[in-house]
This record gives sequence, structure tokens and C-alpha cells, in this order.
Amino acid sequence: MATAASTEAMQLDQRGVGLDGDNAQFLSFILAGEHYGIDILRVQEIKGWTPVTRVPQTPQHMKGVLNLRGTVVPIVDMRMRFSLEEIEYTPLTVVIVMSVKSDTGERLVGIVVDAVSDVLNVPAENIKPTPDFGDKVSTEFINGLASVDDKMVMLLDVDQLFNTNELPAEEILEQVK
Amino acid sequence: MAIDVSQFLQTFYEESFEGLDIMESGLLNLDGGSENSESINDIFRAAHSIKGGSGTFGLNAVASFTHVLESLLDEMRDGRRQITKEGVNLLLESVDCLREMLKASQGGDELDAQRIADVHGRLEAMWGKKEAASPVATASGADNESAASEANSGWDIKFSPFAYILKTGNEPARMFRELGELGELTVTVNTDKVPDFSEMDPDECFLSWDLKLEGNVKRSAIDDVFSWIEEDCDLKITPIASKPDTASQPAAASGPTAAPTSASARSGGATAEAASIRVGIDKVDSVINLVGELVITQSMLSTTGEAYPALQAGLAQLERNTRELQEQVMRMRMLPVSFVFNRFPRLVHDISQKLGKQIELKMSGEQTELDKTVIEKVTDPLVHLIRNSLDHGIEMPEDRRAAGKPATGTVWLDAYHKGGNIIIEVKDDGKGIDKSVVLAKAIERGLVDASVHLEDEQILDLIFQPGFSTAKEVSDLSGRGVGMDVVRRNIQSLGGGVEIRSKEGEGSTITVRLPLTLAILDGQTVEVGTENYIVPLVSIVESTQIKPEMLNYVAGKGETFMLRDEYIPVIRLYEIFDSKPRHTDITKGLLVVVESDGKKIGLFVDDLLGQQQVVIKSLETNYKKVDGISGATILGDGSVALILDIPGLIRLSQQNCNTDRLKMSA
Repeated sequence: MATAASTEAMQLDQRGVGLDGDNAQFLSFILAGEHYGIDILRVQEIKGWTPVTRVPQTPQHMKGVLNLRGTVVPIVDMRMRFSLEEIEYTPLTVVIVMSVKSDTGERLVGIVVDAVSDVLNVPAENIKPTPDFGDKVSTEFINGLASVDDKMVMLLDVDQLFNTNELPAEEILEQVK
Repeated sequence: MAIDVSQFLQTFYEESFEGLDIMESGLLNLDGGSENSESINDIFRAAHSIKGGSGTFGLNAVASFTHVLESLLDEMRDGRRQITKEGVNLLLESVDCLREMLKASQGGDELDAQRIADVHGRLEAMWGKKEAASPVATASGADNESAASEANSGWDIKFSPFAYILKTGNEPARMFRELGELGELTVTVNTDKVPDFSEMDPDECFLSWDLKLEGNVKRSAIDDVFSWIEEDCDLKITPIASKPDTASQPAAASGPTAAPTSASARSGGATAEAASIRVGIDKVDSVINLVGELVITQSMLSTTGEAYPALQAGLAQLERNTRELQEQVMRMRMLPVSFVFNRFPRLVHDISQKLGKQIELKMSGEQTELDKTVIEKVTDPLVHLIRNSLDHGIEMPEDRRAAGKPATGTVWLDAYHKGGNIIIEVKDDGKGIDKSVVLAKAIERGLVDASVHLEDEQILDLIFQPGFSTAKEVSDLSGRGVGMDVVRRNIQSLGGGVEIRSKEGEGSTITVRLPLTLAILDGQTVEVGTENYIVPLVSIVESTQIKPEMLNYVAGKGETFMLRDEYIPVIRLYEIFDSKPRHTDITKGLLVVVESDGKKIGLFVDDLLGQQQVVIKSLETNYKKVDGISGATILGDGSVALILDIPGLIRLSQQNCNTDRLKMSA
């Protein structure tokens, strides 16, 4: 009985913090000067960049795998993933390890970003739908835009990001050719 | 307080399946013809708990089925029924039925209702038949008992349970109700030992009872009621007879003498129970993972700790302890091979009857331990090997006699450790393998060229080729042509191997070599540029440095080199994996010759580093399958190294060769 009640409470909790709730919490990070946010409940840990083991025959943005307390976790460079300009990793470069849900269950994925900035409390009414940019910008990974202190934060749909296709657009194009 | 019983259902199933296994092995013991009251007691107890449990969980079909079974067993136990071969066979069949019924209710499997009804009917028929024949049996067997049972008009029972009785889940009131069904029961409660209210523990029982059971009741019926708690109480059963002093003495004595035999049997069971607990495999696995972590942390510490002499002793101690801890934790996943072996007496029993052969199975080394996953996966191949021995190996009794051998054939099943591996041997003293037949068949099938001379071992090895079967007739036991190649492939997929030896007229020996565990692999670290990869040691044939004259090119492209009359294709690992090597000149680096499925390739690497045992981690857990990589592992410094997938790489090389060949013909 007690467990049933607590799971219910947990579900309520998640709803409260998730996108449909009144107040959602996001971890925001910076990538090429732009602010992105991911659902804080997905974040497992934040760690500094450490060298990874390259995995052959994988796309470029897949930096390699890392030992995270006994689990082998793939690490993805978000700049390469979004086809942004590559930069040297600095002491500020961080890896955000998060859980991604898919049909087969939950997986752990680490993403390399320029820096993490803040935990944001975003009221639901401040989350705006993503405008349509047509073919110019692909917005399928963006859940919505939030304005926090006059800054725009792109809220990422991590499940969509890591499950649809691991290849960035150019590589898909190359394959088609 | 309502208790949700469904949470116990899983445990009930597990225990019932164990009970069925006990019944099966017990029945097979009886089959040996030995008058073994111990095993019939075991069988009876197992049946009794299944009946009780299934009743509790509302599995009425199972309960009523077991009830008939139990009644039959009860008669056998009391010696009122002869234990016959048919009887045992029928009981074995009913064990199968019960297993099916339980599986059906557990997993919703399809149920062969027809068969169950049939067996149920036959059980009842057998039970009924006894009723008709019973006068003879009771008349002969009841000599000593009849005097007592006829003379007495009831029993006096002094029942003083120990204080903890209620915690064992036994309820005296329920037992009295059961006794009340046997005859007229008068219960007098004795409250002498009840302490003051303030000192009373509500979980304990302070009462004892004097019971008087009137009517013509058999002693065994009363013993049955108390059979579950005979160790948890003081029990004195005396007949109410006309001669109270003299008769009660021997009767009282007979109580204790009867009790010790069953008590000793039960205490044996009790220690076995206390010695093991049920733990979910996921819990064990997470402990194994954590300990793996600990080992890595420890080795990181000892690298940094080298600079601090004061830490050395402590770190050495830590290393010993972690290593021991890891070993012990790994052992938690290990099960004795008896888990597989236990099913074979039954298999041999059934098949030898079907074939009309006399076969004895001798097993040894059942306590040898293997990883649970290996055990699960090796079962089918072993069943196949044993069937082969029974079907093709052992001859018919008359043929054996004609060959000067004892009519009863023997199959040995042995398991033992050998150099970090587990060896399972299946040996028979049958007719052996006729090498000329094998060779003729292989030539007919186009597996070998008739002109090539083959050594004996090579001929025997042909049996493992796909599509090979020497059986003249295809029986439903073996010889379907999907035999030994599948066995070999399954065992190789476990990282093991199979070998066969045979001497015509004397029998065959099949040796299965298995790794101790699937979670650990003996690996050779190789270096390609700045990257390290692990090559499974089992697949390495040799490592060699080659000279330019050994190299050949197929159509100027496909590199091959000659190693003892064999052309072996070369795979440059740095090309496939797109890394920056130290050497691109093939004579500078090293060639690691690896083999899988009988095919060899040479992997070109920069250098060989150390050999070590590595813990296998899946890449697919968090990422996906990568071509040429079978998994990953974590090295002592905490970094990840990838394990090469040798069969995958060989496939890759074949694709290359094929395209080369196409180019050549074009």
C-alpha cells in the first residue's frame, strides 16, 4: 500500500516538474553562445571533460565511450551534432550525462557542451512553441522556447535527439548521394 | 488483516518446480529397484507440499491431481502397495503433467488437457485397482500392526508444542480440526505454563494439550497430522487400551523410534534450506558490477600510491582483499553442473526404454561449478550429445553380448576443472565411430576431396561439419542432420570447444571445454597507433612477424600471406578502424593470426601488449552494435578498451575477398 502511494506521489511530482506542469526545471547549458535547456530530471551527473575511447566505424560526433562507474557510456559532441564550428576543449568544457528513453528502455548518454550555466525555473506560460523556420533550421529536437531574464533558452527533446537518427543532416545527405 | 497471497505465488512456483525435481530423482532411485524408504518419503513430502500450496493458491486442478498422486505414494510409503516399474513410470509421467500444469498456470502456456486427463485417469485407475487388491496386501503386511490397531479403541495424545510453534506457521487449532475428522476428539488444554500477562509474548505459545481421540484410527493417520511439526514439539502418542501399563510402554517407544528416522531425513533437508537463500540474479549482477568498480578504483589507487611508501602495506592489503572479494562475488553466479546433469537420469531412462537398450548412466563431478548463463546455454548441446551416445553409440543388448561386452551399456558423464576451463566429458562404451563410413559420407557429400589423405582426428572432426549425419535412418531422437555442427557452434559461441575421440568397438568420448564464466574473458591487448584493443585469447592461433616474400596479392589488392601451406588473408586493423598507425609497412608490425569457425585471418597491428582477464561490458546497453566490436571492457587505469569481434572481422574480410574475386574474374 505504502509503495503504491509513493509511486503515485512520484508520478505527480514528475508531472509537476515536467513540461505540462506549472513550473518546470531545466538545466541550461551554453553551446556556441546560445542557451539550451534540458529537463533536469533527466540529468544524471555533470562532469569535466576527460579523454574517451574512440569507437571505430561510428559517426564523427560520436566522440567515443567513457567509463562511468562501471558503465560504458557513449559521449556525443553537441557542436558536431548540430554542425556547429568545432573548438578546442577547455577546462570549462563539461559532459552532461543524462538518461534517454526509447522503446527498448532507458540508456545513458553523455553530451559535450561548452559550459553549464544554471538551473532554471520556468513557469509553463513562459514556454512558447518553436516557430517554424521552414527548411532553413531543423527544429524537430526542440520542445519549445523559454524566455528567462530576457534570454531565449531552447528546450531540447533529448529522446527525440538521440533516437531518431544518430547521423547529422550532412552525413545523411552524403549517404543519399 | 488481509494478506495478498499473490506475492508468494512466484515462490510457490519455484518451490514446486524444485519439489518436482526431487520427486523425479527420487522416482528414478526407486526405479533402480532399491527399497529406499528415504526416497519415497522425499517424494511423498514433495507431493504433499505441492498439494498444500496449490490448494492455498486456488490451483484446484493441480491440487486434485496431486491428491491422487499423494494417495498412491502414501500407500507405497506404508508398504501397502508394491513399487512396480509401471507404477514408477506412471508417477514419472504425472510429474511431467504437474510440471506442465504449473508452467501453464505460471506463464499461461498451452496445456495439453487431453494428456493430463489421461494420466489423471490412469492414476485413479491404479489407485482404485489397489482397493480391489488391497485385502491381500493388508493381510500380509499388517501382521504386526493389526494386533495394535484392532485392540485399541483410540489414542491418547500428549501434545506440548515449543514456544516458537506459531512462528513456524503451524496452527494447533487447525490440526485438532483435522484430528477431529478422524474420530471422536476430546481436547483438554493445559495452561500451567502461561506466564503473567505482563510477561506474556503474544507470538509465543504457552499451552499444551491432552487429546483423546476415540474410534478406530490408524497410527499413521495421526502421524500425518503431526508430521510437519514433529521437531517443534514434544509429542507422546499412546493407544487407549485395556492394558494401560504394559501396552503404552512399547507404543510410546515406537513413537520415538519412528520419529528419529523421519527426523533425520528432515534435518538433512533443513540444513540444506538454511545453507542457501534466494536472491534475484539482478541483485547479484549489480553486486558484481560494484565489485568490478572497486577493483578498478583499487588499481588506480595502487598506481598513485606507489609514490607514498607509507601507503604501500595498506594498498597491498586492499589489493588482496578486493581480489578475494571479486572471486567470491563471481562465485555467487556459479551453480553446480548438477543443475544440468540432474535431468539426464530421466532422459537415459526414457530413451533406453524406447530403444529397448539397457543403459546405465554414471555421473561424476556434479558439484563442479559453472556460471549460470553458461549452464543454461550448455544444456541443449549436452542433451544432444547424450542422445547421440544412447542412439548411435550403445548397441542393442544382443549385439553387445555378441561382441563380448556386458549387455548393459554404460554412459559416463563427467565434469572437472582443467586449466581455467571446465571440461564436461560424455563417454560411452558403445560401438564407436566407423571412420570409413564417416569418410565415405563426407566424400559423398562433397565435404572433402577423395584424393586427400586425412588423419583419424581429421576424419572424426568431419562429424562437426554442417549437414553431416551418418545415421542410416532418421530417428526422432537424433540423426536429423542438424546435429553436431549446431552443438559445436553453440559451444563455440560460449567461448568453448568440442573434441571427439573414438575407437571402433570400444566407444567414443566427446570432450566439451567451457569457460568458467561468460562475464570474464582472457584477452590479449594489441596496439594500433595510440589505441588499444582486446583480442579474445581463445581465437588467437599465433602471432608472427612476416617477411616480404611470404606476401602475395590477389589481383594486386587482396593481401594474403602463406603460413604453413595455407593462404591467410590480411586485415589491416588501422584501415578498417581508420586510426593512425605507427607502422603501415606490413613487415614492421605484427600479424596476429586469429581463427573462428575454422577460418583464419591475419590481423595487422603495431604491437602486442599484455595479456589479462577482462570483464566484458556490452556496448549495446547504452549505445548500439558496432561492426567488428563485440563489447568493451574497463582497464586498470579506468579507461575503456574495445574487444574485437573476430567472427565479425572474418566476415568483413570475406566480403573483401569476394569483391576481389569478382574483380579477378571480370
